[in-house]
Amino acid sequence: MTAPLLTVENLRIDAVRTGARVVDDVSFAIARGEFLAVVGESGSGKTAAARALLGLLPTGLLRTGGQIVLDGEDLTTASPKRMRALRGPAVGMVFQEPMVSLNPAISIGAQMAEGLALHERISRREIRRRCLDMLARVQIRDPESTFDAYPHEFSGGMRQRIMLASVMLLKPKLLIADEPTTALDTLTQREVLDLMVALARDHGTSVMLITHNLGLVARYAQRAVVLRQGRLIETGGASQILSAPREAYTRQLVEALPRRGISSARQAKSEPLVSVRALKVEFGGRQRLFRRAAGVSAVNGVDLDIGAGETVAVVGGSGSGKTTLGRAMLRLVLAAGGEIRFRGKEVTTRPDREFRLASQLVFQDPYSSLDPRMRVGEIVAEPLRHVPELTSAERDRRVEAMLEEVGLAGFGQRWPHELSGGQRQRIAIARAIVRRPSFVVADEPVSALDMTIQAQVLRLFERLQAQYGFACLFISHDLAAVEQVADRVVVMQSGRIVEQGARDDIFDRPQHDYTKALLAAAPVLDFSGPASLQASG
Amino acid sequence: MRMRANTAIGGALMALVLGAAVTAAFWTPFDPLRVNLRARLQPPSSLYWLGTDEFGRDVLSRVMAGAATSVVVALLTVALAIAVGVMVGVVTGYLRGWTDRIIMAVNDALLAFPGILLALAVMIVVGANKFGLVLALGLAYIPSVARVVRGTVLSIREKEYIEASRVIGNSELYSMLRHVLPNAVAPVAVLATSMFGWVLLAESALSFLGLGVPPPAPTWGNMLAASRPYMESAVWLGMAPGLCIALTLLGINLLGDSLRDRLDPRMAHG
Repeated sequence: MTAPLLTVENLRIDAVRTGARVVDDVSFAIARGEFLAVVGESGSGKTAAARALLGLLPTGLLRTGGQIVLDGEDLTTASPKRMRALRGPAVGMVFQEPMVSLNPAISIGAQMAEGLALHERISRREIRRRCLDMLARVQIRDPESTFDAYPHEFSGGMRQRIMLASVMLLKPKLLIADEPTTALDTLTQREVLDLMVALARDHGTSVMLITHNLGLVARYAQRAVVLRQGRLIETGGASQILSAPREAYTRQLVEALPRRGISSARQAKSEPLVSVRALKVEFGGRQRLFRRAAGVSAVNGVDLDIGAGETVAVVGGSGSGKTTLGRAMLRLVLAAGGEIRFRGKEVTTRPDREFRLASQLVFQDPYSSLDPRMRVGEIVAEPLRHVPELTSAERDRRVEAMLEEVGLAGFGQRWPHELSGGQRQRIAIARAIVRRPSFVVADEPVSALDMTIQAQVLRLFERLQAQYGFACLFISHDLAAVEQVADRVVVMQSGRIVEQGARDDIFDRPQHDYTKALLAAAPVLDFSGPASLQASG
Repeated sequence: MRMRANTAIGGALMALVLGAAVTAAFWTPFDPLRVNLRARLQPPSSLYWLGTDEFGRDVLSRVMAGAATSVVVALLTVALAIAVGVMVGVVTGYLRGWTDRIIMAVNDALLAFPGILLALAVMIVVGANKFGLVLALGLAYIPSVARVVRGTVLSIREKEYIEASRVIGNSELYSMLRHVLPNAVAPVAVLATSMFGWVLLAESALSFLGLGVPPPAPTWGNMLAASRPYMESAVWLGMAPGLCIALTLLGINLLGDSLRDRLDPRMAHG
């Protein structure tokens, strides 16, 4: 057994201003060629720990103790110059947000070449050849033209592959990937990670994957480290940690994974609450004085019925039109064709007050969906402006009760920026429910949240739905969440519905190829077998 | 901590300027308009604290009297430009479409003229007096305010909380007033404070061209303009109004910054 590639011992990182300990006495090691997952929620210090390895802590954070030894060399005493030489050839990093981690003003080729030119003495032609080889290796279709293209010409998944290619060009001994696929949809996520594993194997690179997704840990990692609030909670083999967690917190994480609830599978015998026929939405083709070229159709002939109190989930990759469908059903985006009926009444073209007041929307991003200049109480009270029969005392009571309902009693005087993401999403839900709507569109309501928070918010949502009986269109790319809450599932691909049916039918007996691919790509822990643990697929 | 220092220094400077302006209405060391040819161009002394000008008028008295005119003109001008500019900007930014295009075409055409030229034209029409000055400079600055506000509104109206307001069933007008406007305050506050400085200087430029507040009534601008021939022989003539303008600008900028922070709930508690 050779010495591990990287050992971190008693690492401590403090916030300079407040003196708060961000990483507290964390030790772990990575063997050569090993795939280690670092698991934790926001605030667990996982990103700070990773950045400390590169000597790239953001201003305000300072390493105050511990040792980091990479390949026999103590990084804590290395000079800034030495660290610069190590970044790239020794340790590479892939960031979370592919949309902003490539410089939009520099061509792909020039960005990839930067690292090689800096660290290796080779000719320009040789650099170009190696870049093209690497682009081909990450399955970019046309490396030659990609080399001269700019980042905005690529989707998030493609950019993340390009990012991966440029990091792997230098054949680092250690690759740090900080939530590399969190911003991507399930199918792309799988492609990128499979590629990452293959590349790492080619070059004998060790991988440190920072993630909050236990499904990914199960599928890819050999060992895992669990962090919470800067402390190391548990470390061990990935499968052991997931199937037989020793610590209470790890158990809590595993239990927070959504799992299939009891389907209420009601038969929609009566007239549906909302029904959509041949709905079409186009972008860019709006009619002005002079006609423009035909637009892109985001939703193309969708038929959908939602019964009262029913939860219908819409799943699909990015660009499948699921978000646009939800917006169009609320008339936030105007339909280019087809019709929407609410309680049998046509509401497609003209604004309908009854429909507007009975329908609501919960947004994905709790950080931008609350007005930063309004107090929480005002935000929740706002929808009640349109319930004229309430006196102001009754209104206040209703708001207070609603806040209590979402577990935030007494938060009325706070500002949104004082709340965490999960708390904000509760406020957003409270705002949506406070007027007792009969139809709620929830657009990825939990995908921006931490896993234990996700579980709480999903449970809250389910409870409120049982209590108030609103129908819900649940838009998500997270199949696990869908499995927990949905009665029926609708699968969308490029603006069309390719398959729909009862939840159990879709999950257990998918018919369409796209549905099968989605299910296979979903990193789901399978608890059905006797203590068995495998990635379903 | 920094915010408090800003507020204190800015407040002190503005109190000084406003205090001088108010005092000047009742009392000045000398009559700011009295000509005394035997005391021409005297340097600062115990009798004339800031010296005298080419007609022997006391500079301190004139600076105090000028404060009232200059500051009032600047405040009214900024208020006019901001009020109209914000209205135009919010309406065009929120409604978009043809309203936006037509109004912005006119706006951009106005923006293409140097502000001072625009003000000159207006001054010639309405005549050289205090209110003509306010109107002229106000009109000249409206287009740039409208531009900035429109841009801010365009970015705010895409925020999800605006969509949320629409889903709630709020009218467009209500969303505009309740959600868009308060969130557009920060850039407007910054613009207003820097505009205050431009206006003080523009007033002196117009005075220089003989189109400001007509002499002999003192303003900082026309004092500055009148001091030009004596730049070398009587430095204090230009220094006094120049320093007044500079200190007022500093005061209003500091105060503007702390006001902006105070208005932002994210900063107020931070």
